[in-house]
Amino acid sequence: MSKEPVAVVGIGQTRHVAARRDVSLAGLVREAALRALQDAGLSWADIDAVVIGKAPDFFEGVMMPELYLADALGAVGKPMLRVHTAGSVGGSTALVAANLVAARVHGTVLTLAFEKQSESNAMWGLSLPVPFQQPLLAGAGGFFAPHIRAYMRRSGAPDTIGALVAYKDRRNALKNPYAHLHEHDITLDKVMASPMLWDPIRYSETCPSSDGACAMILTDRAGAARAPRPPAWMLGGAMRSEPTLFAGKDFVSPQAGQDCAADVYRQAGITDPRREIDGAEIYVPFSWYEPMWLENLGFAGEGEGWKLTEAGVTELDGDLPVNMSGGVLSTNPIGASGMIRFAEAALQVRGQAGEHQVDGARRVLGHAYGGGSQFFSMWLVGDRPPDS
Amino acid sequence: MTSAPRDREIAVVAFAQTDHRRTSEELSEVEMLMPVLHEVLDRTGLKTADIDFTCSGSSDYLAGRAFSFTLALDGVGAWPPISESHVEMDGAWALYEAWTKLLTGDADTALVYAYGKSSPGSVRDVLTRQLDPYYMAPLWPDSVALAALQAQALIDAGDTDEPVLAAVASRNREAATANAHAQLRGPVPQGDYLVQPLRTGDCPPIGDGAAAVILAAGDRARDLCARPARIRGIDHRIEAHGLGVRDLTDSPSTRLAAERAGVFERPVDTAELHAPFTAQEIVLRKALRLGDGVVVNPSGGALAANPIMAAGLIRIGEAAARIHHGRSDRALAHATSGPCLQQNLVAVLEGELR
Amino acid sequence: MSAVLKAPLVVEFPFTRSLGPVQSAFLTGLRERVILGVKTRDGRTLVPPVEYDPVTAEEIRDLVHVGLTGTVTTWAWNHRPRRGQPLDTPFAWVLVRLDGADTALLHALDAPGPDAVHTGMRVRVRWAGERTGAITDIACFEPYDGEVSTVTVHAGEIDDPVTGIVAAARLDYTYSPGRAQTAYIHALSGRRTVGERCPSCRKVYVPPRGACPTCGVATSEQVEVGPRGTVTTFCIVNIKAKNLDIEVPYVYAHIALDGADLALHGRIGGIPYDEVRMGLRVEPVWTEGSPYPDHYRPTGEPDADYDTYKELL
Repeated sequence: MSKEPVAVVGIGQTRHVAARRDVSLAGLVREAALRALQDAGLSWADIDAVVIGKAPDFFEGVMMPELYLADALGAVGKPMLRVHTAGSVGGSTALVAANLVAARVHGTVLTLAFEKQSESNAMWGLSLPVPFQQPLLAGAGGFFAPHIRAYMRRSGAPDTIGALVAYKDRRNALKNPYAHLHEHDITLDKVMASPMLWDPIRYSETCPSSDGACAMILTDRAGAARAPRPPAWMLGGAMRSEPTLFAGKDFVSPQAGQDCAADVYRQAGITDPRREIDGAEIYVPFSWYEPMWLENLGFAGEGEGWKLTEAGVTELDGDLPVNMSGGVLSTNPIGASGMIRFAEAALQVRGQAGEHQVDGARRVLGHAYGGGSQFFSMWLVGDRPPDS
Repeated sequence: MTSAPRDREIAVVAFAQTDHRRTSEELSEVEMLMPVLHEVLDRTGLKTADIDFTCSGSSDYLAGRAFSFTLALDGVGAWPPISESHVEMDGAWALYEAWTKLLTGDADTALVYAYGKSSPGSVRDVLTRQLDPYYMAPLWPDSVALAALQAQALIDAGDTDEPVLAAVASRNREAATANAHAQLRGPVPQGDYLVQPLRTGDCPPIGDGAAAVILAAGDRARDLCARPARIRGIDHRIEAHGLGVRDLTDSPSTRLAAERAGVFERPVDTAELHAPFTAQEIVLRKALRLGDGVVVNPSGGALAANPIMAAGLIRIGEAAARIHHGRSDRALAHATSGPCLQQNLVAVLEGELR
Repeated sequence: MSAVLKAPLVVEFPFTRSLGPVQSAFLTGLRERVILGVKTRDGRTLVPPVEYDPVTAEEIRDLVHVGLTGTVTTWAWNHRPRRGQPLDTPFAWVLVRLDGADTALLHALDAPGPDAVHTGMRVRVRWAGERTGAITDIACFEPYDGEVSTVTVHAGEIDDPVTGIVAAARLDYTYSPGRAQTAYIHALSGRRTVGERCPSCRKVYVPPRGACPTCGVATSEQVEVGPRGTVTTFCIVNIKAKNLDIEVPYVYAHIALDGADLALHGRIGGIPYDEVRMGLRVEPVWTEGSPYPDHYRPTGEPDADYDTYKELL
């Protein structure tokens, strides 16, 4: 018996901001979940299981917070799973939920990811002291900046590319009411003039720190047939992992990312991603990761990714729009960021992305990564069921 | 919605675990875990590259550092890159995730592992961090205190008394004499009250350990294991978080999971229960309607070794090993998570009739 | 093998928790010495009040006052209170169903001893002297055999509601780095950098982490590397991080020590930060009493050719 096709019939997000002071942790996740249920025209009783994800528990200071959140997510009496695969977790969580439907274990599953960074401080959570290790850095920017320099050296990209990405994503965010950063007066000059934090990364080329949640309702063919709005169909999905650091690791274009994309394309029957895929929501926490991931994902040859960015191909009206929602650069509730990528891809093929909709988007990629560029999760969604 | 026909038979084909000890301070997590991964692979003759899917369970809060599971991955040898996932839960739920992956047909073999080191921190205090962060966690009610509230509720309900609890403790530790991996083996004094009505003997040992299981689908299972432990059903359910809204003398989530897993369709001969505290075994026996004919915790259970995050997976592994060795034909395995049995998983494993 | 290396590791943070409307009302009420419950649609009163019905998942917002007296539904005698718990003398943990409530609240009961506690006993709230809007505004419960205490404090609008709590949390760990890292740290104390070679792929790992991550086997053969090495890539850090005593700007670099098969991370000094480049040859600079090189400085050798280190970024 082949796998059950998986459809996305409900999507909900919070309005992402630096600090949601008006809600508890339960209230935050609840808001996204309710919006997803409303989108799907379903109630709590229609949900068979809940799959939740987030990044490290230290960020909110609650160990395994799903135990406390079970009540708010209508999970009492139901199965509840908690995924944690570092920054890729939002994507991985959706894929674990999708497997429950694909395996016909459940008919309809709520999947949700969140982070409430304002409860602590991500810089603290990411930099807990380790005895006997020399403290050299705090935060993620310093970790990733040397890899960006390596990419610039390897590709010969002009040093303006990062600013172009940031300028594009921040403008896209203006069309997305849920995005955290709405910089109405953004200009390319302002991006270029922003201070260098971890040279070669400028302030405006980094992601914000957000409170937010994202939820999706995944269901089977029967569920999709009952849905009030057009579903998005999962055409392929995969996770790949490689070690954090190892001899021969390519931080610029990790093998795990290439393999993950290849698996997704194989499942979806994609042979030429650049032509056959209409847009991509890619996990870009620092602007230079757009050209790097374009190469890693097979949208451009090695060393050629920056040329797509420079030529405007990845703009909202380009022929391969990337991060139409404004991306991680505009919204980063860490644990939820991967799921937002997956959900935004689904919104596009459902034709529900509002002002940041790409006309005629039929196949869109959602991508997430985490850890030391080592955990990857991706899905490709389409406007029609697989094999149709 | 869980009754859809599934045409893939998934089985536990190998199990390995560390010797569980009060401390493994001379080893890093990966150094503790890696020999278990080698052992479980050796049992099947598989290599890392032969494994289609890998899934693990662990907790950052035990380790005291974020992303602690990324270091453990070093022991897997994830190169070329592997299809892999992680749950911040006991490894029993990692096994559940792997089981669904195998059901989809996308994978035929899976490696599931879990590890936990309780020695670096004070686990009674660490576990307070999983409680309601507004109303409970600020009071720092430790895990023994919460289990003691549950035990007293059972005593008040007439479901048990201290001598019965002492008998549960001694039976489990007695069984553990046959388990070379157990931390507490043989008679252990009931000791003084830790939190009354629980005495030290009613509580699990605190320690470090790891475990790993290999799952395989269909014919692959028979190739890898003379008598695979087929997963006839597996299900898990969660209850409300607040202790004051639950009936602590019962475990409806265990009962529901057991129903969905098919426990009540035919009697089991063996049950491995994840009951870290003696009184919880009383609750689980009732919820699972285990009769006197069932061999409960032949391994000694969590009262003999309780490496947090791995102890649930070990129950499944122990039940499967009984089937592998022909000592059981139909076994139940149970795992729990959260305060006072908030979340429970039940699996039914069967061997082919001999 | 010398004794196991250990060091204390304190994980501590004052978490700032925003509250939803129900927790806000309840904790504000505690500050004002009243206790609020929340009614479910089927008429149950939940105390402590939660935002969502645990049975139906419905949002619930109908707050009602309940008594300051109640009945113990279960208890446990805590012989040795632990850090952070409500009382520092032996006490009973209790679940208390307050008068007018259908569910029970977890807290402490101050009683002379376990013989003075039983399920079904009557108790009342003892308020903390200073109240801030937190569950600890209830200092504890105490035995009480009087009348049901009804709420007397103002039940109307409360000014200045509590909208957040600061939940300080400290956990103490003892960190031990394991066999391979312990050996590495011991060698560093003699100003030697010693990695380990994988018996399978022969790559040399510095620092060693106990396993060759690509082969999944233990590394054990010790190999001294360096002291010189090559800067393979770097960034210039311009922002000062809290609890990091390094003046900015500084260069954070990946350094492939001669003989190692991957780069380790270090700081570059002895050269203006804007003159650091990929391929720069460097050597460690040790300072008295420091367990690791303070930084690396240029050796003066010609820069390494990109092809010699491009696999070691």
